[in-house]
Amino acid sequence: MSALKHEIEFTLNGVKRKVTVDVTMNALDMLRDVVGLTGTKYGCGEGECGACTIQVDGVSLNSCLMFAVDCAGRTITTVEGLTDQPRGEALRDAFVEHGAVQCGFCTPGMMMQADHLLHKHPHPDEGCVKRGLEGNLCRCTGYKKIVDAVVACGADK
Amino acid sequence: MTVAEKKHRVIEPDSLIGKRIPKMDAPDKASGRTRYIHDINLPGQLHGRILRSARIHALIKSIDTSAARALPGVHVVITAADIPDQRPIGVAKDHFPLKVGRVRSERDEIAAVAAESEEIAEAALKLIKVEYEDLPVIGNPEDSIKPGAVLIHPEPHGADGSHLHLKQGTSIAHRGKADNVAMRFDYSHGDVVQAEAESDVVIEDSFKLHYVTHCCMGVSGMIAEFDSAGNVLMYSNTQVPFLHKREFAEYLNIDPARIRIIQPPIGGGFGSKLDIYPFEVICLFLARAAKRPVKMLFTREEEFLASPTRQPVLLTLRSGCKKDGTLTFRQVHTLHDNGAYTSWGATTPFVMMQTFSSLYRVPNCDYHTAAVYTNNPYAGSFRGYGNLQATFAIEQHMDMLAEAIGMDPLEFRMKNAQDAGEVTGQGMSFKSCGFKDCIKSAASRSDFSRKFAENHANQKKPGNIKRGIGMASMLHVGGGAKIYPSDGCGTILKMDDFANVTLITGASEIGQGSETVLSQLVCEELGLPISAVTVVNNDTAITPWDVGVHASRTTFIAGNSAIGAAKKAKSKILAVAAKKFDCTEADLDLRGGFVIRADSGEALVELSKLLRNLHFQDKAELVMTTFYYEPPSVHQDKGFKGDVSAAYAWGNQVVEVEVDTDTGFIKLLKVTGAHDVGRVLNRLGIEGQIEGGVVMGQGYAFTEDLMIEDGKMKNPNFRDYKLVTAPEIPEMDIAFIESMDGEGPQGAKGVGEAPAICMAAAAANAIANATGVRLFELPFTPEKVYRALHGQTPKRYWKPWKAE
Repeated sequence: MSALKHEIEFTLNGVKRKVTVDVTMNALDMLRDVVGLTGTKYGCGEGECGACTIQVDGVSLNSCLMFAVDCAGRTITTVEGLTDQPRGEALRDAFVEHGAVQCGFCTPGMMMQADHLLHKHPHPDEGCVKRGLEGNLCRCTGYKKIVDAVVACGADK
Repeated sequence: MTVAEKKHRVIEPDSLIGKRIPKMDAPDKASGRTRYIHDINLPGQLHGRILRSARIHALIKSIDTSAARALPGVHVVITAADIPDQRPIGVAKDHFPLKVGRVRSERDEIAAVAAESEEIAEAALKLIKVEYEDLPVIGNPEDSIKPGAVLIHPEPHGADGSHLHLKQGTSIAHRGKADNVAMRFDYSHGDVVQAEAESDVVIEDSFKLHYVTHCCMGVSGMIAEFDSAGNVLMYSNTQVPFLHKREFAEYLNIDPARIRIIQPPIGGGFGSKLDIYPFEVICLFLARAAKRPVKMLFTREEEFLASPTRQPVLLTLRSGCKKDGTLTFRQVHTLHDNGAYTSWGATTPFVMMQTFSSLYRVPNCDYHTAAVYTNNPYAGSFRGYGNLQATFAIEQHMDMLAEAIGMDPLEFRMKNAQDAGEVTGQGMSFKSCGFKDCIKSAASRSDFSRKFAENHANQKKPGNIKRGIGMASMLHVGGGAKIYPSDGCGTILKMDDFANVTLITGASEIGQGSETVLSQLVCEELGLPISAVTVVNNDTAITPWDVGVHASRTTFIAGNSAIGAAKKAKSKILAVAAKKFDCTEADLDLRGGFVIRADSGEALVELSKLLRNLHFQDKAELVMTTFYYEPPSVHQDKGFKGDVSAAYAWGNQVVEVEVDTDTGFIKLLKVTGAHDVGRVLNRLGIEGQIEGGVVMGQGYAFTEDLMIEDGKMKNPNFRDYKLVTAPEIPEMDIAFIESMDGEGPQGAKGVGEAPAICMAAAAANAIANATGVRLFELPFTPEKVYRALHGQTPKRYWKPWKAE
């Protein structure tokens, strides 16, 4: 069962770190099982639900579709790091205040995608936010309050 | 402010009821700090995986696990042969967690492995060799009831786990079935034959409702551990921990007192976690055999394959009315695809009959139904519990009857809608009833009548883009549901030295926001801010008993229970304060963290100070109370007559669509809803419930379709099973009708299931308004709509089936 291992170095939420991973492992499993940050969620494992969204060099992507070894030399942000930053904190507060969280399982991925969206479109309108969150599934909220939260967060600045 | 100044301060009345209160656990959830079952790992934990059937319907001739057992890192491999005392599970006790002798569906569990890692467990499954002998597959319920159809459950199960060859003297757990009928319901009131003779218009149509599934974002999972004394600790996502404690004990053949269930935060429920499923019992078997904690998580594909579904239904409805618009009767036959085994889905007729008998005044009603076995996935409970299916048929007939007598559909509904104080033919008693207000509100805010007439006139005009507007109403339990001998919930409330409350409730939280609403209700009694409350709601060793999260009951039942506990605490506190301030309890109240004078609002003492005094004195007293609440509803009799809930929720939703007749593509433009919720407790939370329910109903109507062909699931993934995404949601305008229910907590009624119920029916009516074409089959995908619009859908008639 011994898979080929590889040591990689990257920056995770502002901290440089070194980990050894199976070459077949995806970034999601590395974050959850090797690093131990469980804020990033497994929803489908095939890039359809967005629950595992992280940012790599400032760009949002599905961590389940990225090989862990491809994190080498990159700057990775997860939801745990996001809420330490001013925009992440503002987003979290907006999600809370607007009722955008119910079961909460999609929320970390939504937060990561919304942050990326606000980076590209600092003052998005409703249509822009809806398009930006299209790849993130939520089964509880009907999306409206999530969209409201992101629009409000953009309007604040 | 000094203490002296505070003392003379006047505290103005304030209330948390109806405010927008953020969900208490939202900050942690939005920061990725919340630990779901997937995020919990115990030291020494093994990983469990299940081998499922490679066939749809077959006899198991042999299972060879020797290679799997020999794989390094594998601790335990089990099949039915390793668990001789297996007991059948499910609502009808008609299957074993690990299948014995026969598989009946694609999901069927054959063997399970516990290993050092998920990868090793997965590799071990591949080494298990199974020989099958195929049997004919029943892929739809109509074939299931044909004479000579292969039987799906022919053999009896013994209570000792024996099967096929019962030992003498073994008591029977499941008798085996000489036909494929899993469950039947028959209901009637009045005389439908006489009513039909007196009707001016009679119509009959068949409707087909499809397979959909919950798609909770968090996949199913469980962690089980036995201690050295044989006590079981389970981390579980169940919605009904207290009932399941007893059931799990039965399957393990141990005392229920030995089972402790902890519910970590749950990644979505919607009814899916209301039954015990094979994987949970198998996880316990693995943990027992391995003497190590075993964690079992589904993959998304497995979640599709092995989770329950909403019940697919074939339905033929015959209804009539008089020329003046009075409904005369409803006669209904339904055939439910039970799948291979029986879970709660088979009992959805219990809810459907409430809608058939009592949504609008129905003087005569006749309802016959059967849930029949097939080799398809088995259906469980799902938000709305049969009501989406029943409402789909009824509300289309409301429009069709109105059209037949030339009456406006809104007027027709208003004429037949009930008022408070009415009791239906089934015996449901409507103490608070905002039904007509819901219809009026949704209709006027959406400008229904004008648009309906305008769209109708545009049907025959040129152009491929047609607009349509349609409405549907709903009736659902809103004050608990007496389906068990008790519908109660316990609360323990304690207060600390700093006037903080720990609210220990039996009510489970599955994302719906119960912890916040219950805290609001407690704060309202004790005059405290929401931040003063800590809720404990997830451990059967700590929390008092509760039936579970189902039937939109938690706010009503657990809410009343929490209020009861808070009132007891309040009277304890006021009794002490009255002595201290030499007055009566009635002179005092609690507000803003103080004991105040009730008339002037003058603050007398900080509550925390008073509580400390109570604790640190000779006869020290801790403010700690318990309360149990059971609503005053009555059990139905054997003919299903009676009042199943203490209150009923009403709603009406108006749907506006744009149909492209060239492509069959439908754009959902707007949903205008009005819901009688008794009273709004948390405006933010209730809006979220309604919006989420509307969009779930949208998925049921337009996009979601679990495709099963001869028992095989074709689309077990989010790519091919299409959930609604953010750009597709409609504009939503939701209003709340506050009928102030006399039994409800602060007047509130349940609302959790309500918003999903009307959508498909209202959408069908809107499409008919836009195009003049009526769709009897869900979902309204472009292909289906195109075919219907271009005359390529033959009108389907399902001939009601009656067993002799």
